[in-house]
Amino acid sequence: MNLLSGAFDWLADPAQWTGPNALHVLLWQQLFYTLVPVAVAAAIAVPLGWAIGHTGRGRDAAVAVAGAARALPSFGLLVLLVLVFGVLHKPEAAVVTFVILAIPSLLAGAYAGFEAIDRRVVDAARAMGMTEWQILWRVEVPLGLPLLVGGLRSSVLQVVATVTIAAYVNLGGLGLPIITGLSLRRYEAVLGGAILVAVLALVLDALLALAQRAVEQRGVRAGRGEIVTARPETDSATATHPG
Amino acid sequence: MTWVLDNLDLIGTLALDHLRQSVVAIVAGFLLSLPLGWVAWRYRLLRGWVITVTGLLYTIPSLALLMILPVVAGYPATSETNLVIALTIYAVAIMVRAVTDGLDSIDPAVRRAATAVGYGDGRRFWAVDLPLAGPVILAGLRVTAVSTISLATVGILVGVTNLGYLFTNGLQRRIVAEVLAGIVAVAVIALVIDLLLMVAGRWLMPWARRTAGRRAARTAEAAS
Repeated sequence: MNLLSGAFDWLADPAQWTGPNALHVLLWQQLFYTLVPVAVAAAIAVPLGWAIGHTGRGRDAAVAVAGAARALPSFGLLVLLVLVFGVLHKPEAAVVTFVILAIPSLLAGAYAGFEAIDRRVVDAARAMGMTEWQILWRVEVPLGLPLLVGGLRSSVLQVVATVTIAAYVNLGGLGLPIITGLSLRRYEAVLGGAILVAVLALVLDALLALAQRAVEQRGVRAGRGEIVTARPETDSATATHPG
Repeated sequence: MTWVLDNLDLIGTLALDHLRQSVVAIVAGFLLSLPLGWVAWRYRLLRGWVITVTGLLYTIPSLALLMILPVVAGYPATSETNLVIALTIYAVAIMVRAVTDGLDSIDPAVRRAATAVGYGDGRRFWAVDLPLAGPVILAGLRVTAVSTISLATVGILVGVTNLGYLFTNGLQRRIVAEVLAGIVAVAVIALVIDLLLMVAGRWLMPWARRTAGRRAARTAEAAS
């Protein structure tokens, strides 16, 4: 408990909130290195996942790629990319690392959302004369959204916790007090940094949970009853570890 | 490439350490998750609580957990125990949800039928519930295994030696081949374990390939 109160004292100390490494600056860095890679990953993975879900083709390849991406250690990847890109391009190295971390959950969320839709709904839409494009945008995308947002939640959680290791290659973020605390044996700074990461993660997750609920209602209204998505909780359950 | 050939012994030793640390954590996480997941599934009131707590575990950065646990529990940060316990905690965070979801995926009619033909609670759990939940639990276990193996590398930052050593050492000495060798070794170990789990699943649950459980398992696996 001394450690915990020490951590809160450390967080409350005005000295932590001034200067180039002020906690709010680190918080923004952490947020930046979370949101930018997730946005890039979404731009790649969502259209791809939708294409797989709509056509039903390429699923096995996607599962294989996602599995392989998950097996890559983010820490090692970050170090490798820093060495390959050069010291001047560390931010790019970090973004690429976290994009790769975010892709599997988003990709799976996108196609699993389509797969969870009752085939009869899609067939009915086709029978009513909807074009493939209309089926995609007016049936599959809205009904698949809850699982997609579930995938987004998993990837945001993974990335926001993993961005901590960016401090190891001097990119700042909330990992900085954790890493410096590590070498200086200042455990209250380690715990204080961890608390801030957890708070940031919980806030982001709560926002996305609200978004998930909002799109779910839309899905239920569009589909009535049992047609709705498979249990969206499943995805966040089986996500990969934070870093 | 020369670096790899010159250091095959080192890579082999580190890979064995890595495998030992990860496997202990995966097995421990799996064994702990079965009762926890069952409790969360069986008692509605506890469910929200268990899911929230395991969700919270999830948001703790591994680096911080590896530093804080030894201070709280009183063992050295550089010990393998420290890494194994931290990895077990993350494994539990994933697996509890998988066990609960797996038990949820069983058709209640099947459970009532088992009760009707005379299965008691305990026997029904082992003979009916657990096998039927198997495919979803296995999907969760595979994700847990792969991510535990890849996460274990962070242990080197608190001084627990495993394949992560190749990353820190490679960065200091600026040897790209060393870092790359570490990544490849981790990925190979993860994919081999994943394959073994998949084969074990097919052998233990031959029915899963044909029934509805498969679809649920695939969705769970896919959406992870």
